[in-house]
Amino acid sequence: MASEMQCGVFHETYKSDMQVRPTTMQRARIVLAIVFALALPFILGSVEMRIVNGVVIAAIGAIGLNILTGYTGQISLGQGAFLAVGAYASGLSSVYFGFPWWLSIIFAAFVTAAFGMLIGIPSLRLKGLYLAVATLAAQQIVQWVIINWDPIDGAIDGRTTDALNIPNALLFGNPEWRLNNNEYAFYFLGLAVLALVVIAATNLFRTHIGRAFVAIRDQDIAAQVMGVSLFRYKLLAFALSSFIVGLAGGLMAQYSTAISFERFTIEVSIEYLAMIIIGGLGTIGGSIYGAIFIVLLPELLRLLGRAITGTDTDSIRAFNSLLPFLQQGVFGLAIVLALIFEPEGIQKLWRNIKDYFRLFPFRY
Amino acid sequence: MQLSRFARPYEADRPPAYPLQVENVFLSFGGVNALSDVSFTVGVGEIFAIIGPNGAGKTSMLNCICGLYRPQRGRILYGSTNLVKSPPFHLPRLGIARSFQNIELFSHMSVLDNLMLGRHVHMRKNVFSALLYWGAAQREEIDHRRFVEYVIDLLEIQNIRKQTVGALAYGLQKRVELGRALAINPSLLLLDEPMAGMNAEEKEDIARYVLDINEEWGVTIILIEHDMGVVMDISDQIAVLDFGRCIATGTPAEVKENPDVVRAYLGKG
Repeated sequence: MASEMQCGVFHETYKSDMQVRPTTMQRARIVLAIVFALALPFILGSVEMRIVNGVVIAAIGAIGLNILTGYTGQISLGQGAFLAVGAYASGLSSVYFGFPWWLSIIFAAFVTAAFGMLIGIPSLRLKGLYLAVATLAAQQIVQWVIINWDPIDGAIDGRTTDALNIPNALLFGNPEWRLNNNEYAFYFLGLAVLALVVIAATNLFRTHIGRAFVAIRDQDIAAQVMGVSLFRYKLLAFALSSFIVGLAGGLMAQYSTAISFERFTIEVSIEYLAMIIIGGLGTIGGSIYGAIFIVLLPELLRLLGRAITGTDTDSIRAFNSLLPFLQQGVFGLAIVLALIFEPEGIQKLWRNIKDYFRLFPFRY
Repeated sequence: MQLSRFARPYEADRPPAYPLQVENVFLSFGGVNALSDVSFTVGVGEIFAIIGPNGAGKTSMLNCICGLYRPQRGRILYGSTNLVKSPPFHLPRLGIARSFQNIELFSHMSVLDNLMLGRHVHMRKNVFSALLYWGAAQREEIDHRRFVEYVIDLLEIQNIRKQTVGALAYGLQKRVELGRALAINPSLLLLDEPMAGMNAEEKEDIARYVLDINEEWGVTIILIEHDMGVVMDISDQIAVLDFGRCIATGTPAEVKENPDVVRAYLGKG
């Protein structure tokens, strides 16, 4: 179609110029992505859907982290702690206060936002690696509290347990749609939350508040002289970021029958950092691509291993003992390769591909 | 504030102008006296140049004015506000903007976004309407975009407005930085070597913009510059710093003839 070949995009109003997706092609692509997302549960079985749900939760968490680290430049090694606060706030409020699942997730988001602001206070004085160490302290403290404070593990009447059992959550009160049992019910909930988070985050960075975040990352002294109060906006970045991470944590809790500290360790923090680095720092799309990549990578390795070993029991056993090391190795390799070949991440790679086809057959 | 109702947007939201009074400012870093007992007054609507050899304390003076350094003694009065006591992010609200000697732009943002940051202090919408980008928040963005476009027209940078700042040529970056300060809609503009490292033609451009800003917009300008030709041509008043002391103030003609200034900085020629 000749009319779709772009020799330039021309706007007549500032409103149309300031749109996120000004061209028809861009809108068509997003519609396609939505259709694909809605079609997934009709294509995949419940085992695969479990992995997809993992991607959805990770994508929400990665967007949260990207607001803080990618956009505002505040390196955080405390992602695991923020997720834990969200998950436990949601789980505990269901257990102790009897909150319905939706209220407990919203409650979790607010609690995590408050926690994030608390952790963000040192950021006024600490920059870069020093701040990272401060957030690392938060990570360790939260982990310690979860392990050592009994009521948190739901040990109400003197029982000691390692995990907090989550009451069943029913979507629309329908017993068929149990969030921690029905992958499909959870998928639509998770997808809706992800969509809201994507829209909200995209909007944020079209306004002066989001611009102030990026300004702090790029040049904090100049940002101050432009009227940005560093303390206020850094705290706001921590609050918004942790609010979204809290949503992810709350969803994690409601998706599980039980939660325990193993899912919120420092490795989780690093995994999330890997997501936003590989996906693309300071991009919403990159957070999603990175989440897909990091969650799917170990699963793909497993599938690949299955294909190679075949049905021979001995070689399957040998492969299974090797798998964790293989996964870690490939994970590390992926980060190194991403940093060398495309430091701006999958998002940039995707943009390059689009540019190539937009200008095809010309190279410029 | 509907900026579109104003033929000249700078009339819309500029804070009132006052003379700037620097009184006995004393600043030291450890044993080094960066500024000792510096006093001068900048009248409303003036182009006021600060000159002096390297290390004389010119940039330190600007940093004191905009709150990045805290002088140990002395006052800097702008209207009834003592700038020595106000935090840097408060200055744009008083109508004071500055550019930096080494370009300090937000290098990963577009030219437009850099300039839109100048509008930051004029934007009121809270975080919830920002997340929704609905109605009022969107209108506010568009309204301020109009102001930014006005600045873009003045500085003739229409063709680069969507480009990432980090990828621009040095001269253009300097111009964008001037634009970012101007987008604040200041009544007092501090320029730290806006022409450093430029060729004659680029210098002429910047000089023209500075004069336009001063005459059309009526902005008071404090300028640090090493090109004496430009300084003598465009400034109304000059202060000369040497080793942290203010050795002379006056009109270009007075300063040119001052024997202390000739010895310390200008040289015989």
